[in-house]
Amino acid sequence: MFQQLLTSFFASAGFGILFNAPRKLLIQCGITGMIGWGIYFLFYMYEQNVVYGTFIAAFFVGVISQVFARFYKTPILIFTVGGIIPLVPGGLAYDAMRHFVQNDYNGAVSLAAKVLLLSIAIAIGLVASEVANQFIKKLPDRRPKRMK
Amino acid sequence: MYQNEAQQVMRVCLLAGKIMLMSGAETYRVEDTMSRIAAAAGISGSHSFVTPTAIIFSLDGAELTKLIRISERSTDLRKVDQVNSISRQISNRGITLKEAYGQLKKIETEEEAYPLWLQFVAAAISSGCFVIIFLGGWIDFLPACIAGGLGFLSTHYIHRFVKVRFFAEFVASLVIGITAYILVHAGIGRELDKIIIGSVMPLVPGLAITNALRDLMAGHLFSGVTKGAEAFLTSFAIGSGIAIILTIF
Repeated sequence: MFQQLLTSFFASAGFGILFNAPRKLLIQCGITGMIGWGIYFLFYMYEQNVVYGTFIAAFFVGVISQVFARFYKTPILIFTVGGIIPLVPGGLAYDAMRHFVQNDYNGAVSLAAKVLLLSIAIAIGLVASEVANQFIKKLPDRRPKRMK
Repeated sequence: MYQNEAQQVMRVCLLAGKIMLMSGAETYRVEDTMSRIAAAAGISGSHSFVTPTAIIFSLDGAELTKLIRISERSTDLRKVDQVNSISRQISNRGITLKEAYGQLKKIETEEEAYPLWLQFVAAAISSGCFVIIFLGGWIDFLPACIAGGLGFLSTHYIHRFVKVRFFAEFVASLVIGITAYILVHAGIGRELDKIIIGSVMPLVPGLAITNALRDLMAGHLFSGVTKGAEAFLTSFAIGSGIAIILTIF
């Protein structure tokens, strides 16, 4: 568990550098990714349900990013980018690809479907956290997609 | 006089929108920023149509509509942050439009990125970390670092010569596949799959896929579909590069 947290921190912060995030916010990018992956990993160990775990993890990545974005007065994008990186189903996508190459189309399609589900789970998790944020704030102007 | 003022507002809005879109900001943020700047300048009605390849922006009352073509997109969070803070300052009446335009021009031209070696190290270390994240052994950490770093470098240099992203990513995944294969056969790495997965991660368009889905959910159907197509193309490039390696060996 500890090494999972450590590596997810460095992976997220590393992506912060690749995406040219402001220098003083790299640590926060790493923390966002670490917490997201930690939550996912707990679900993975105790529930074995990756889609659900990804959704919850993405939701919390969104929440933490909003807190950071508000605190540092930056776009929320900076933190969500790094935060969701460990959750991206790269390994499964690779497995799907390998099955395609080995002419095992049934296995490949079912893996690809799972990749799609996981991507949707990440997106819904992020959107859900935005919606939750708006319910809490009850902004006077009710534009649906706004957040700062 | 009025016409001049409107044109000034227009220029600032479009430049801000252009920089943001080229730096990978979300569609709604681009639209939001532009309408905020216009509102701060006293023009309450503005309409924008933002897609990944073009921005159409129009101001009410001034009968002014302009189109800007966006040819290249990457992810540059620093620029998004800077433009965001400028638009904040305009909203708070902290700076005039003229000053804002000057600052935006400066942001647009300057290329203040992390040094290449640092990006290389970051790509390498993230690749290694992904091996552990995907439950690989520490023995594969170093091979993934090497393969991932080489993959990053080849994307960088090939993209400089050939302006086709798709091709650069394809070659990079080929390089990663070959490197991983050589390292495993030299006895430095153990699991080929884990090494390849880890080192491919810096190329994978996970962000693009998620952004595409978010745009779709937010009602920006056009941007969502376009970004989705772009992400699909990238993953196809990576997948086919790796697939070639897997078929050969």
